[in-house]
Amino acid sequence: MATTSSAPLPPKRNDGPAWMPSLLKDAFAAGVLAALLALPMLGFRLVDSAQGLSLDYRFSWVGIAFAAVFAGRLAISLARNAWDGRRRPMRERGTEESHGLRLRKLAGWLMVAAALLLPWTPIADRNLIDKATLLLIYVMLGWGLNVVVGLAGLLDLGYVAFYAVGAYSYALLSQNFGLSFWLCLPLAGAFAATFGMLLGFPVLRLRGDYLAIVTLGFGEIVRVVLLNWQVVTGGPNGLSGIQRPSFFGLPFLAAVPGKTTFHEFFGLPFSPDHRILFLYYLILILALATNLFTLRIRRLPIGRAWEALREDETACRSLGINPTKTKLSAFATGAMFAGFAGSFFATRQGFISPESFTFLESAIILAIVVLGGLGSQIGIVLSAFLLVGLPEWFRELQQYRMLAFGGAMVLIMLWRPRGLLSSREPTVRLGKTPKAPEPMPAGEGATP
Amino acid sequence: MLSIRNLQSGYGRIQALHGIDVDVAEGEIITLIGANGAGKTTLLMTICGKPRASQGEIVFEGEEITRLPTFQIARRGIAHAPEGRRIFPRMTVRENLQMGAAVTPPQYFTDDLDRVLTLFPRLRERLDQRGGTLSGGEQQMLAIGRALMGRPRLLMLDEPSLGLAPLVVRQIFQIIREINREQKVTVFLVEQNAFHALKLAHRAYVMVNGRIAMSGTGEQLLADPAVRAAYLEGGHPAAEETEEAR
Repeated sequence: MATTSSAPLPPKRNDGPAWMPSLLKDAFAAGVLAALLALPMLGFRLVDSAQGLSLDYRFSWVGIAFAAVFAGRLAISLARNAWDGRRRPMRERGTEESHGLRLRKLAGWLMVAAALLLPWTPIADRNLIDKATLLLIYVMLGWGLNVVVGLAGLLDLGYVAFYAVGAYSYALLSQNFGLSFWLCLPLAGAFAATFGMLLGFPVLRLRGDYLAIVTLGFGEIVRVVLLNWQVVTGGPNGLSGIQRPSFFGLPFLAAVPGKTTFHEFFGLPFSPDHRILFLYYLILILALATNLFTLRIRRLPIGRAWEALREDETACRSLGINPTKTKLSAFATGAMFAGFAGSFFATRQGFISPESFTFLESAIILAIVVLGGLGSQIGIVLSAFLLVGLPEWFRELQQYRMLAFGGAMVLIMLWRPRGLLSSREPTVRLGKTPKAPEPMPAGEGATP
Repeated sequence: MLSIRNLQSGYGRIQALHGIDVDVAEGEIITLIGANGAGKTTLLMTICGKPRASQGEIVFEGEEITRLPTFQIARRGIAHAPEGRRIFPRMTVRENLQMGAAVTPPQYFTDDLDRVLTLFPRLRERLDQRGGTLSGGEQQMLAIGRALMGRPRLLMLDEPSLGLAPLVVRQIFQIIREINREQKVTVFLVEQNAFHALKLAHRAYVMVNGRIAMSGTGEQLLADPAVRAAYLEGGHPAAEETEEAR
């Protein structure tokens, strides 16, 4: 592993099959290096037996190391060559990009279909649906944070604060005032959006690193308040017995005196899976709504203004755009989605405490957005799957789980330094792409 | 249209403008020339409200705009194509132009877009291309086009010829003249390329160390020996070459 990542890049040639020997040579060299390293580390082994220590030889392991590195290096080189062959100058890429766009759209619809059908596939069990629900929460949070970080370009390290605000507002509203989930959902969103504005005001003039530090502090403030305001939030004990969601007033319980339950109303036998399924579809709808909103708003003036603000704030001002309003609206919108996700989280868990809203959560959500390629909706789904889904599935790996997590991150950043899907899709486009332009007249291409 | 009286401004404790008086009448092309660091860009930026004027006043169409925030000044009808163009590199040409029209009523958009694209046919070819992939000349065209999308009455251009080949510079100046004549937009032009800029100007100002040193019609300044010595002779091959050509 170390040899492949630290060695200089494999040779690149595009002039026909003649490059094959040089690739083989390069891969062989890497393999030999790996074998040399492996010899002392893998080739010899001390065996502790009754007669004391004895030396054992494992040269087959060295062979395996050689073969693995040789094959891996060769595969990387071949992939790189194939990739370079396809790469063409920026100006000629119009058709290719629109092709990529179609492909992404198709992939998006396929993902939606897969998500809708997932509970009805034979592999689906309670555990899987539960994990998929968790994954979707992170997808939704990623999509929400994407509005702030990806579109408006405001680096927010305290996003989990709004998630917490949403969760606590639902819990408190439903416990103290007996409001239903459906009533609390918009309220939680509104509360979180208000907090977004509150955070927005003091940080309007900050950018980049400074903004990140202040938002980080804000996230911690919210957590510490939740931890210490015992009377209202229950402090470190959290809030428990939060009302579970109902299907438009029909609870998911075996029997409730004086009330029709879900299974009675639909004449189904009672099953605890109903609630799991309901939660799954609920978060799916919430997440898709977030996505739809983002896709739509990018075509509206306000969404375009967010993106322009990310590109160049000074230019925006001189075009008559009010940066204060634009930034605050981005903060509020992003926070609102976190609020929705938070109240969903509270109703799903039935118990919340400040433990669930630590900085690590903010960091993971931000990592999802950044690894996905800032601004890319599908990229966020992929990276949420990678960062949240896989570690959940590989819980059996125990202590190696975080190692795999870190390794995955390093690999992504090596191969896709700007995120999994990094190219920004234009919001409008002519029906047909313009044909490749004729070369510039002499003297005009003076500056790139 | 625009009148500036005793304007002082600067960055922090460093004062860059020491009492500037400039007048721009409707329909004119006004050129401001001066050496590097004379304060030309600072003057344009101060008109836009950033940095703020420490003293003096700026009156646009009878309204004092000295203390307004930048975006409000822009909404009054002053468009600013800033130094270094500052287009949105990751957005397409079309999206850049849409941003230019961000605060104009949407019913004008189609006509305005068509007008700008007629003015800059090259941008029409590049509508769906990212701003950052355009050549320098095209980016400058985009910056001017974007400014025009806001239907300004006063267009302020900060060194539109910066870093461009002579041929493109001539094109750009030709278009500025067209904008002024046909679209009745008043132009306030800041330039280092004194020859072209003065030929274009109805009136012009020369700025030295944060003060207006000289003013007059474009021809007067072109003929002035001091101006010729400081801004035209030597180091301006483009100017000489065109003079020989005629």
